[in-house]
Amino acid sequence: MSLRTPLGRARGLGSAKDGTHHWWVMRLSSIALVPLMLWLIFSLATLAGAGYEATLAWAAQPLNTVLLILGVGVMFHHIQMGLQTVIEDYVHSEGKKFTVLIAVTFLAWLLAIIGIVAILRIAFGS
Amino acid sequence: MAQFVLPINSRIKKGKTFKAEGATHVKRFNIYRWDPDSGENPRIDTYEVDLDTCGPMVLDAVIKIKDEMDATLSFRRSCREGICGSCAMNIDGTNTLACTKAIDEIKGDVNIYPLPHMKVVKDLIPEMTHFYAQYASIKPWIQTQTPPPPDSERLQSKEERARLDGLYECILCACCSTSCPSYWWNGDRYLGPAILLQAYRWIADSRDEVTGERLDALEDPFKLYRCHTIMNCTRTCPKGLNPAKAIAEIKKLMVIRR
Repeated sequence: MSLRTPLGRARGLGSAKDGTHHWWVMRLSSIALVPLMLWLIFSLATLAGAGYEATLAWAAQPLNTVLLILGVGVMFHHIQMGLQTVIEDYVHSEGKKFTVLIAVTFLAWLLAIIGIVAILRIAFGS
Repeated sequence: MAQFVLPINSRIKKGKTFKAEGATHVKRFNIYRWDPDSGENPRIDTYEVDLDTCGPMVLDAVIKIKDEMDATLSFRRSCREGICGSCAMNIDGTNTLACTKAIDEIKGDVNIYPLPHMKVVKDLIPEMTHFYAQYASIKPWIQTQTPPPPDSERLQSKEERARLDGLYECILCACCSTSCPSYWWNGDRYLGPAILLQAYRWIADSRDEVTGERLDALEDPFKLYRCHTIMNCTRTCPKGLNPAKAIAEIKKLMVIRR
């Protein structure tokens, strides 16, 4: 039960003066992912049946290494920001919302670093 | 979490049927009924309307039902010509104005519900308090520091005036906002398409001098950025306006001014 006025409730905590950066980066990462994913799909198709050694050698080529790292980094950033939007849309208890947001952010960083380290190990042959 | 199933006391039951005795040209209207005083669940009552003695619009039929068949049916209406926005309701699955929706556009039975995901006051009357408070929160009036020219209006060029076309026509019927899933789930904080279109109407007004403050007030993950370009607003607008485009223009200005 609240006796707050409707206008007070509508104004709430006011503007967070935030959100434009998130919106803009979502657009930028989407644009970046279009060529990166096309390149990846095309490359994997040409690698079909190439075998383990040939695939490692492909990933170790400098341009491929750079594009793979870029793809993993941009993709997980995009996934994390997209999931943040979904969570803000649907999870309405503040406690649950922050728990899930923190978990998603940590998981995205973890998976991105795992992917990048794996690519680097292939590239530098350790 | 967002609710995807109606609470037990909101589940809709089958109601009464009102026959049109001796009529040859009959259309069935299935209308949502809920009376807060009865303590009962909402129900769908069916009214058989004789189209030979009824006007062409859905509102004509609803008024005929209240006049001649069931005086307990409650709904809002005023201008009956699409300029007041009172008779906004969900007709045949789409939010629209009952007064500008022709009965013969609808195949089969006519299903009428109140605007979706709003608290219901009674029958087809939704609770609009929060919607109007959100409208007030965007300060929908001209704000200037420069005093008006002595003995004349604040002038606008024809091009500047043309920028308000497609915005000033909004009658705040709330068809768009109540068709928006983002407004359903987060209407407490998200301003919704109608209010954002109105906000842009003042941002786009060349005579207004607080554009920056208006953008400041909107720059928020919930107030503005819950819009995910779903486009239900534009599809449903009974005035043929494009709230989604107005919101996109606000987002563009947010990026440009960074």
